[in-house]
Amino acid sequence: MSTPETPAAPPSPAAKAGAGVATYLDERLGTNAAGKKNLRKVFPEHWSFMLGEIALYSFIILLATGVYLTLFFKPSAQEVTYDGVYAPLRGAHMSEAYASTLDISFEVRGGLLMRQIHHWSALIFVAAIFIHLFRIFFTGAFRKPRELNWLIGNGLLTMALIEGFAGYTIPDDLLSGTGLRIAEAVILSIPVVGTYVQFFLFGGEFPGDDIIPRLFIIHVLLLPGIMLALITVHLMLVVVQKHTQFPGPGRTNENVVGFPLMPVYMAKAGGFFFIVFGVCALLGGIAQINPIWLFGPYYPDQISAGSQPDFYIGFLEGSLRAMPNWETNLFGHSISWNVLVPGLILPGIMMTLLAVYPFIEAWVTGDKREHHLLDRPRDVPVRTAFGAMSIAFYLLLFINGGNDIIGLTFDISINNVTRFTQVALIVVPPIVFVITKRACLGLQRADLNRVLHGKETGIIKRLPNGEFIEVHAPISAEERFSLMQRNTYAPLAAGPATDEEGVPTPGHKVAKVRAKLSKFWYADDMPKPTPEEYAELTAGHGHGDDHGTDVEGHGH
Amino acid sequence: MKRLSARRRHPLAGLVVLLLALGAVGGLYSAFAPSGTAEAADDASSLQIQEGKGLYITSCSSCHGLNAEGTSDGPEIAGLGAAAVDFQVGTGRMPLQSREGQAPAKKQLFTEEETVAIAAYVASLAGGAPIPTAEQYAADGDLQEGGEIFRTNCASCHNFIGKGGALTRGKYAPNLTGSDPKHIYEAMLTGPESMPTFSDGVLTPEQKKDVITYIKTIAAEPDPGGYAAGRIGPVTEGLLVWTVVIGALIGAAVWLGAKPS
Repeated sequence: MSTPETPAAPPSPAAKAGAGVATYLDERLGTNAAGKKNLRKVFPEHWSFMLGEIALYSFIILLATGVYLTLFFKPSAQEVTYDGVYAPLRGAHMSEAYASTLDISFEVRGGLLMRQIHHWSALIFVAAIFIHLFRIFFTGAFRKPRELNWLIGNGLLTMALIEGFAGYTIPDDLLSGTGLRIAEAVILSIPVVGTYVQFFLFGGEFPGDDIIPRLFIIHVLLLPGIMLALITVHLMLVVVQKHTQFPGPGRTNENVVGFPLMPVYMAKAGGFFFIVFGVCALLGGIAQINPIWLFGPYYPDQISAGSQPDFYIGFLEGSLRAMPNWETNLFGHSISWNVLVPGLILPGIMMTLLAVYPFIEAWVTGDKREHHLLDRPRDVPVRTAFGAMSIAFYLLLFINGGNDIIGLTFDISINNVTRFTQVALIVVPPIVFVITKRACLGLQRADLNRVLHGKETGIIKRLPNGEFIEVHAPISAEERFSLMQRNTYAPLAAGPATDEEGVPTPGHKVAKVRAKLSKFWYADDMPKPTPEEYAELTAGHGHGDDHGTDVEGHGH
Repeated sequence: MKRLSARRRHPLAGLVVLLLALGAVGGLYSAFAPSGTAEAADDASSLQIQEGKGLYITSCSSCHGLNAEGTSDGPEIAGLGAAAVDFQVGTGRMPLQSREGQAPAKKQLFTEEETVAIAAYVASLAGGAPIPTAEQYAADGDLQEGGEIFRTNCASCHNFIGKGGALTRGKYAPNLTGSDPKHIYEAMLTGPESMPTFSDGVLTPEQKKDVITYIKTIAAEPDPGGYAAGRIGPVTEGLLVWTVVIGALIGAAVWLGAKPS
């Protein structure tokens, strides 16, 4: 690469100026040492490592456009009479929050564009968090030492959902007010303290004057502040723990193979920011989103058919709509299972399972090592199947959230859509689990086949004895290495129930559960061939498909 | 006068007075009699009713009965009035396509004239609300007032801007954005299917006009924000994000993450 013979060219004026600035900063801030370390930081190459960046960039766009919107938005529930330019609402009574959002949309220069970029970026932000989460989950990037960063990511996801909800609620239009009313109902459904919590949050009866300014502060200060801090920690941990990478030749748990931050990744990441920004700006410019002027101001006695939340709240809407109408009356108090279960308990369980999954898997595996090499999803079938099953469950809830839109669009009875969802929520996830697991095992088998027998060439040969065979070509050593660089776990054994004296082993019951789970996780995996097996199977004559080529080569 | 008064005791005087009185009463009666007889005298109108009766007998009576009294297959419609008939037949809902769910609006079986004739016939049986005039459903009412009434009374089934919505068991509130204003007016007046009736006591004719003004104005209004994806809100927005947008961004990531070769 380097050519030491070439005499160094005299530095250009630009380089001189750059050096001057660098020296100036280094003498005052000591930046050179930090820069030397961090600018050379290596990023491994894979497209899926850039999905989280989409979330990061859309968050930056959200901050920028959000600041502009706060300059004009009035977070007040004070009733005013609208006298702006939008004729269909002129003379209507509404909250100042809604009136100022109308003003932003119709009278503030660039206001509607900013609102639309802000809202589109919000949808992209949450969607990007989801796909980033999928990458982390299905490749096992959450394993030691990254469990805490997984938890931070979970926290960011939860906060993003609340942040988004608060954001689309504060304009106080008829659609967002409907969502707020549902949120209030969920709070009220908490046994014993529900009504107190509701009064505390809303400052009185629904809707009251307090909730809009409170949600505003949560939306523009509290949550963005916490999220910004957590995103910083999230990224610092990536720097501290180094990036994960997919297995391949030269890649180990101790190194990272890729390109340095400066200049390659600086250019890629910078370019990606502008792509994300461009997409958000384009959407904001040409695609209408959340047209609050069509929805009208919020009054608690009004509601619209087809009211839907933004997509990331859709699964909660769907769980509410899927829940049977169960209530218990206990000592004169109603416990509204029909709201409590789908609104709080179910999402609570879902988020908790997501958060603790790395710890469950680590325990079942009994693996205390650090992992910087990623798993291919097929290589851990049970994890992949759990992921697919959870996505199926989530999607069913999500689809049921739009049961009225689906019913109307496809001319199906809304009752049938709901009934289907109720059954499917129980039946479909296990089916998805089994199918996914079998598919993963099939892919493992295909990998093994590829390693041992080579790749199919599509060339059909006919042997002198009339038999047809397909010629297989051996795969490259790099590919073979990549395919077989995976972890294999043997199922853990529970150990003896008693020691030789007949004294029960402490913790044996737990060990038995763990052994069972471990068996469930790993018993079906395809074992990697040992070097001896590999040598035997691939050595010259007498084996399967290679036979044909040999016959040909040796001219029997 | 003298001659007249001189003969007041004439034996035939009583008879003459009686005849005069009868003539006067008869004349007054014919002057003030209900318009039924006058309508019957109106050739065009009675012809229309005759034509309507013919159409009714062939196309409607098998379910609604020969005298619109209803049968086990269809409700009584005598007394529902011309507006209801004009709505049901004019939007193609009647004759009924099938007895399941809800009658959909479809291609009309009858021409405008035939529809009005059937309506006139049904109205001739027992009266009821007449077909509104063009003036009544013109879209020149109070836009803001119409919006408020619409959101309070209509949006819960028909959506914020009348895009329609699902009801239980396959029934639905239809999309109003392309509906004929006359039919919207008639629907409010007569409450077809699951829809409540908004009589003139509940929504005055003025307010009905405001509602029509709102629906029609919003439907014709351009979208200042650009492509509105059917104006049904977060569902299509989310769909767009998860297909085109995230697809494009992943594509960009794949492009940027591709190995230089």
